[in-house]
Amino acid sequence: MNGKRPIVELRNICKSYQRGSQNIPVLNDITLDIKGGEFLALMGPSGSGKSTLLNLIAGIDKADSGVINVAGIDIAALSETELAGWRAANVGFIFQFYNLIPVLTAFENVELPLLLSGLSKKEKKEHVETALGVVNLSDRLEHYPGELSGGQQQRVAIARAIVTDPAIIVADEPTGDLDRVSAEEILELMERLVHELGKTIIMVTHDPRAAQKAHIIRHLDKGVLNADPQANI
Amino acid sequence: MQILKLIFKNAFRHRLRTFLTIAGISIAILAFGLLRTVVDAWYAGVEASAANRLVSRNAISLIFPLPFSYKEKIRQIEGVSIVSYGNWFGGIYIDEKNFFPNFAVEPKSYLELYPEYVFQPDQLAALLRDRKGFAAGRKLAEKYNWKPGDAVILKGTIFPGEWEFVLRGIYKGRTKSVDETQFFFHWNYLNETVKKTNPGRADQVGFYMIGVKNPNIASNVTAAIDKTFKNSLAETLTETEKAFQMSFISMSEAIVIAIQLVSFVVVIIIMAVMANTMAMSSRERIGEYAVFKTLGFGGMYIAVLIFGESLFISATGCIIGAILTFPAAKAFGNEMSQFFPIFIVSGNTIYLDAAASVVIGITAAIIPTYRAVTIRIADGLRRIG
Repeated sequence: MNGKRPIVELRNICKSYQRGSQNIPVLNDITLDIKGGEFLALMGPSGSGKSTLLNLIAGIDKADSGVINVAGIDIAALSETELAGWRAANVGFIFQFYNLIPVLTAFENVELPLLLSGLSKKEKKEHVETALGVVNLSDRLEHYPGELSGGQQQRVAIARAIVTDPAIIVADEPTGDLDRVSAEEILELMERLVHELGKTIIMVTHDPRAAQKAHIIRHLDKGVLNADPQANI
Repeated sequence: MQILKLIFKNAFRHRLRTFLTIAGISIAILAFGLLRTVVDAWYAGVEASAANRLVSRNAISLIFPLPFSYKEKIRQIEGVSIVSYGNWFGGIYIDEKNFFPNFAVEPKSYLELYPEYVFQPDQLAALLRDRKGFAAGRKLAEKYNWKPGDAVILKGTIFPGEWEFVLRGIYKGRTKSVDETQFFFHWNYLNETVKKTNPGRADQVGFYMIGVKNPNIASNVTAAIDKTFKNSLAETLTETEKAFQMSFISMSEAIVIAIQLVSFVVVIIIMAVMANTMAMSSRERIGEYAVFKTLGFGGMYIAVLIFGESLFISATGCIIGAILTFPAAKAFGNEMSQFFPIFIVSGNTIYLDAAASVVIGITAAIIPTYRAVTIRIADGLRRIG
């Protein structure tokens, strides 16, 4: 872990959605610090605002008000283009349904984020092979997502998330579409990313067993973060 | 590299849909190409016209003749190099359905004016020697399997009777755009026969073909010819060969415009089909585009993916359609040679095919691209699962 300094700082975040003439508040005055190398689980009932909060931290949505500071950068102040570049360099994404591109092989899927990196072909190849090695899929480079099990697809997605060596990994229900054994493998892999590679992981989950793997569990209910963090360490 | 691969793979994700769309575009481009070729065929006579050839006819109408005595007067006009003359014969070969243009002309001067009709020297000599001889274009001779020396009888309509001719020469066009379906014979044969059967119609010609020394003085020569015969019993109307041919086209201009409109409607219809294909593909992949945006790819990358796929499909359809246009035009041209003696797919038609495919590809991609680029990432990701 790289110290006690918060890598993510949220201050008084509010977010609402407009549905017709109705304004629906989703997040209400959220303040949260996440330290570097921490594994945080966000839990809460459906519609509580977990995924919205994750999207705000990852820079794929914008808050109505408040400050989101990630690794010293106020991402709310970035333009869409700057934000896209920032995401590519700083955030790895793991989705519930893997979101791999079905017409690309495992290698090509993992290589995707590197297309924006300016690395040489040889360097890209090395990075991809290393990432797939970390998730133990070195023998599946040329396999298409349709030829892999759910657990293997999620491991490819994790390789894609770490291939650019981002500081933060956000995971939205990463085990939601997996059987228990595969889910366990994925969670162990995520623990390894934190312990061995020093990544900061923010995970949204419904699954208490998955949340138990995190260092800290925070609960969201009706857009309000619970007062006391529940520590697992 | 990867983006091209992705475009190609995306294009064939739904193979049946893509193949059907490509087939549709191919057929549309084929239809477009054939219709454009029909329009070109309509103007083939105009295109084949030479700037140094003039046509002089009776100012009242083409059906009224001009005196043969005008020939020498025209020849004396400054700037005139050759004067030839002829009559539309309008003969029928066996049956009316066997239509081909047939003229009585003065062959020596006529062929000097039309160097694009190429004869073998011995056949040309035989044609000029034999007053009953006639010349036929290569396509016409092949169609009826005529060989030099064969006797051919035409039933006269304007000049009644059974007219016997002997094939002496088969000409080939110097270029592909030369009409090879014509039949022409000695005007003297016609005139001498008419003198015996209907003397009142003798020594009259349907038209004069006039060669000018320099195309730049064509308008002066035209005016001089018409001035010479002004206030005579048979005033002339002289114009360039191109204008003369255009006067025939203008009679059927509405049909040409209708064909042109239909050709563009075909392209518009296929544009709608292509737009539908791209809209479906894009809607199915909206989640993937959101993933690309999540990973940091900008709107331009998404736009290149969608436009690239759309252009790839439309270009593939276009290439197949354009290739098929050539054999189809050949078959169509052979079948319809009596109406369209020149039926050649022009370079311009292929350029129009290519332009149509680009327009189809781009138009079909505009709305799907706009949607994919402007959708919020969170909304796009929500479509997955």
